[in-house]
Amino acid sequence: MDYLLTFIVGGIICVIAQIIMDSRKLVSGEILVIYITAGVILSALGIYEYVVQIGGCGATVPLTGFGYSLVKGTIRAVNEFGLIGVFTGGLTATSAGICAAIVFGYLMSLIGKAKTKY
Amino acid sequence: MAQKLERQTYKFHNTISINAEYAIVGREEEEGPLGSLFDEVICDDNCSAKSYELSEIDLIKKCLLGVMSKADFEPNQVDMVIGGDLLDQLTATTFGVKDYGFPYWGIYGACSTFSLGLQIGAVSIEAGCADNVIVSASSHFSTSERQYRTPLELGSQSPPTAQRTVTGVGSVILSGRGNGPYVTYITKGKVIDFDQNDPFDMGTAMAPAAFDTIYNHFKATNTSFEDYDAVFTGDLASIGHDIVTRMFEEKKFKVRNYFDCGSLMYDRENQYVNAGGSGAGCCASVFCSYIMKMFRNKELSKVLFVPTGALLSPTSQQQGQTIPSIAHAVVINSKRG
Amino acid sequence: MTQNIDDRKSFERAKKNTRPKTNYIKNSVMAFGVGGSICLIAQLVTNMFLSWGLSESEASILVTVILVFLGSFFTGIGVYDKLGKFAGAGSIVPITGFANSIVSSAMEFKAEGPVFGVGAKMFSVAGPVIVYGVVSSWIVGLVYYLYLLIAR
Repeated sequence: MDYLLTFIVGGIICVIAQIIMDSRKLVSGEILVIYITAGVILSALGIYEYVVQIGGCGATVPLTGFGYSLVKGTIRAVNEFGLIGVFTGGLTATSAGICAAIVFGYLMSLIGKAKTKY
Repeated sequence: MAQKLERQTYKFHNTISINAEYAIVGREEEEGPLGSLFDEVICDDNCSAKSYELSEIDLIKKCLLGVMSKADFEPNQVDMVIGGDLLDQLTATTFGVKDYGFPYWGIYGACSTFSLGLQIGAVSIEAGCADNVIVSASSHFSTSERQYRTPLELGSQSPPTAQRTVTGVGSVILSGRGNGPYVTYITKGKVIDFDQNDPFDMGTAMAPAAFDTIYNHFKATNTSFEDYDAVFTGDLASIGHDIVTRMFEEKKFKVRNYFDCGSLMYDRENQYVNAGGSGAGCCASVFCSYIMKMFRNKELSKVLFVPTGALLSPTSQQQGQTIPSIAHAVVINSKRG
Repeated sequence: MTQNIDDRKSFERAKKNTRPKTNYIKNSVMAFGVGGSICLIAQLVTNMFLSWGLSESEASILVTVILVFLGSFFTGIGVYDKLGKFAGAGSIVPITGFANSIVSSAMEFKAEGPVFGVGAKMFSVAGPVIVYGVVSSWIVGLVYYLYLLIAR
């Protein structure tokens, strides 16, 4: 049952993005920016917390979940360190994903080469 | 001297003959309906060069050598190379010609580069400023993609209006002597901007320019679709082609034998190309294979050839400017004047 | 305005009648299936880690790293963009798509050298995402901090 909910919530979040992209003619960079910002706003309002409770990874894996992690990390750090937490919280919570993307990206650029598409 | 019919349209009196033509394309283009007509096909877009830009330069060199060997020319018999491509500062063509010591004019007309080159070449020969001119235009899918759009490996969808940039190059030798076919009229294009701003829908943006040039050409020469065996526009692809057809029908023209190089290039059912092909190399390679072969086989005798170009840059597009476009027309006739 | 108003009207009419239909249903079904599946895989792996006795935060960090690795790997071998062609947002919006945007840029600009190519262009697509994520969450943090100050 949980897995079904994960699938449905994750799927719905992607479908919303697809419809926005198709109707507003957005490219991938734009939808990613919209999604991370939307994730931050919805999390700040406390709405996204419910989506995560229902959907689990279905809510945390899409980029809105990245925004959710940023906010959650910031709030936790502010509670703990005050003003310093405003600056450290977001990136601390998401550092694993960003670091992994940079490192793997760099390594892949050493190994692979962009190929023409047929 | 050329005779002025209208502000845009001129008739030539001297012989301006297309003596040889050569076209090279990539693998995707070979798989299209015209695949067997091209002189050469490169193994893949990269051709073991270090970068895609180098492979486009390589393509241009091969094409220049190819067209010269077809006409039995040595580089020192060529008075001028007029050519262009889609890359910033025309690097592909410039680097392609630099080893041969040609006098060289680099031109930019986006996808209309080829007919712009034909016009300048024809004018030079008519004026006696050159006897033998090579006109060349090229484009390359992978170099355009990174310059105008997104990285190749980025998993993004393109809308149904998008067009695939053709990997291809076409060159012709224009000469003051020869057995034709001949360039007999030119109509210079105006920059037309009907406030289109979707970079994934260039066919629509360019359609009004094609209409304007063809319409003014018909008016100046007092001709219509019936007077030509075929009218070829550049790379409007399926959507732009439909728009031009509808605009002429509204003007009560009987549209017949009107084709578009971007639609001819690919099989849209079975290839992932959305609306069709685009790029300076698209109409150039179609002209140098399909159209010229039909002239050589006497299947065509009079053609209006109208490549279109969308004159946008990534900067103008990001700053929210609309897409200005242009179309230059050339009449190719198997008989002189 | 030197350009003919009639031509313009005629063009607008022709344009309206030639719009190709975007296949919303097919695109949405594809996005739903692929996006949902990526999330499902993530959930399976998370539950596996949890059953091994890892804490929730450890599991979620590991899963993120694994998804980013998979996104990078499939981009590197030239498969991810093929998935993206039919999955659309289904493969763009998950964190694997974020990895794809970084890796594809890094690979694309390899020819421009390790510093100004790979190093600088790596963030050409993903950079704005980090910028807007960090700035907006910073604002949220600041507002929350001020709220705590006043509420106390």
